[in-house]
Amino acid sequence: MKILLVAEYRDGNLLEGYRELLGFSSKINAETVMFLAGSADSLPDFGGTLYLADAAIYGEFNPAIHKGLLTEVVAKEQPDIVAFSHSSYGWDLAPRLACALKVPQISEVVDFKDSLPVVPVCNAKMRRTVKPTGSRYVLTLQAGAFPALEESGSTPEVVQIDGDYKTDITFSGYEEAEKGGVDLSKAEVIVSAGRGIGKPENVEIVSKLADKLGGEYGASRPVVDAEWVEHNRQVGTTGQTVSPKLYVACGISGAIQHLAGMKKSEFVVAINTDKDAPIGEVADVLVVADLQQFVPALVEKL
Amino acid sequence: MKILVCIKQVPDMESKFTIDGTWYNTSDLAWRMNEYDEYSVEQAVQVKEQVGDSDLTVLCIGPDRVKETMKKALAMGCDRGVHIVDDKAAQRDPWEIASMIAKFAGDKEFDLIFCGMQSQDRASAQVGIYVAEMLCIPSVSTIVDFQYDDANVTVKRELEGGVKALISTGTPALFTCQLGLNTPRYPTLPNIMKAKKKELLSLQADDFLEVTAAQETTEMFFPEKKGGGLVLEGDPAELADRLIQIIKEKTTVMG
Repeated sequence: MKILLVAEYRDGNLLEGYRELLGFSSKINAETVMFLAGSADSLPDFGGTLYLADAAIYGEFNPAIHKGLLTEVVAKEQPDIVAFSHSSYGWDLAPRLACALKVPQISEVVDFKDSLPVVPVCNAKMRRTVKPTGSRYVLTLQAGAFPALEESGSTPEVVQIDGDYKTDITFSGYEEAEKGGVDLSKAEVIVSAGRGIGKPENVEIVSKLADKLGGEYGASRPVVDAEWVEHNRQVGTTGQTVSPKLYVACGISGAIQHLAGMKKSEFVVAINTDKDAPIGEVADVLVVADLQQFVPALVEKL
Repeated sequence: MKILVCIKQVPDMESKFTIDGTWYNTSDLAWRMNEYDEYSVEQAVQVKEQVGDSDLTVLCIGPDRVKETMKKALAMGCDRGVHIVDDKAAQRDPWEIASMIAKFAGDKEFDLIFCGMQSQDRASAQVGIYVAEMLCIPSVSTIVDFQYDDANVTVKRELEGGVKALISTGTPALFTCQLGLNTPRYPTLPNIMKAKKKELLSLQADDFLEVTAAQETTEMFFPEKKGGGLVLEGDPAELADRLIQIIKEKTTVMG
C-alpha cells in the first residue's frame, strides 16, 4: 500500500496538519510520499520523498495549478491513496484531483474499519463505512481524528516539481481575522451559547451564568452567523480554540467544527434537551433540561 | 444573465434517526432545505436583484417531496424550478449527483452557478466542485462574501481561524456557499402565493444519469458512546444543586 500525503502551506508557513496525515499513514502501515506547494525554507519533519512545488511560482492557493502538479506526482508514484486534511485547502483541492484522476473521493474520514474508511453522517449523529470502486482513491481526514505522529527530527529528500498549468482565478492575499475584543483562550471558565438558546434575548441568560462563574461567555457558529453574539466570541474551527478549566455548553449540539475548538477543556458540562446530541460525547456531565428553566435556576443558587 | 442554484432537501438534523439497512430510515422525518443552500439561494436572488435582466433557475434532485423545498426557493425569489425526479437520490454518491447536474447545465450557458459548500447529511463538500470541473469553469468554494460587478466576481473564501482568502474570477463560474455568507430571507406570504404560479418542470433522472457510482456505503451505524459522562435528568432546581456539587468536586473554579 502506498499513500501520497498533501501537506499545506499558508502565509509563508508550513501548516502542522501534515503530522496527522503522517499519523494516519503510519496507522495503516503505508509506504509514504508527500507533496507540498511551499518553500524549501520550511520543510516538514518527514524522512521520505517530498515533491516540492515552489509556492513563489505556483502560489499558496491555486487549485487548478496544484491539481495539475499533483497529477504528475500521482503518475510518477502510482499511490493507492491520496490523502488531504479535511481543511479549507484540502476539501477544495481533493475533489478537483479526484475528478482529474477519475477516481472516488471519500470525505472527512474519522476511522478505518477492515481497511475501509468510516465517515460521519448527519452532523456526526451516525457513521457509515464506505467502499470505493477501483484500486485508487482520494480521501480527506477529519482534523483530530488520527493522532499526529510524534516529532522525529527528520529531513525529507526533496524532489522539485514543475509543470505548465494555467489558473482560472486570481488569489490576491489574505484578510486577517478580526482582532480585539475577547481573548477566550485565557478564560478559566467559558459558558457558550448554541442554536438551542432559541432567541437572541437568551444570550443574557448565558452571559449571566458566565459572570456568576467568573468567566467569559462564548458562542457556536450559528449564534454568531445570526448576529446574536459578535464573531470574536466564537469557539470552533473558524473562531477561537479554547482550553478552560470549565466549559459549559448551553444548547450546543456539538458539530465537529465546534468540538475541535473546545475539546481540550478540562471539564465539560453540556446543557441540552437532546440526550443524543453529539456534544454528549465530550461532556463530563450532560444535563438534560430546557436551558431557559435550568440556567436561571442555576444562577439563582450560585 | 442566467443563474443556476442547486439545492438539496435534507432531514432536520434534530430528528430522531433510525437505521434501515445501509442508510437511515427516511420515513417519519421532517425535511427541509439544506442549510448551506439557503445561503446560495439568497445570494443568487441578490445577484438577480442587482443585475435586473436575469433568469434564475433552482434545481433539485430527489423524490416527489423535494417540491416542497423547491417552493421555498421559488418564494425566496427564484424564477423557475427544475425537479429531476429521482427516488434513489439520497443514496447516490457525489459523483452521480454532480454528473446529473452537469448534464443538465451543460448546454444552458449559465453565467453563475451557486451550490451549498456541503450538505448537512453527507457533508462530502464534493458536488459543487465536481460540477465546475465537469463543465470546465472556475469554481471557488466556501465563500463568505460575494461581490458581482459587470461579469467580474470578487469573493472572500473562509479559511481556518477566521482568516479569509481574497479571490476574483470572471464568468461563467461556480461558487459554493458557507454559512454566514448573507442573511437568507424569509419568504413573505405574497411571495409564497406567487411562487405557486411559477414554472416547476419535472424531468426524469434516467435522462441525466450517465455514470455509475464511484463508491458505496457498506454499513451505517451509531457511534459508540464513549461513556464516563454523567447524564442528569429531573427537576431544574435539584439538577442545579447536583451540578454545583459536581463542579465544586471536579474543578477548582469555585474554590
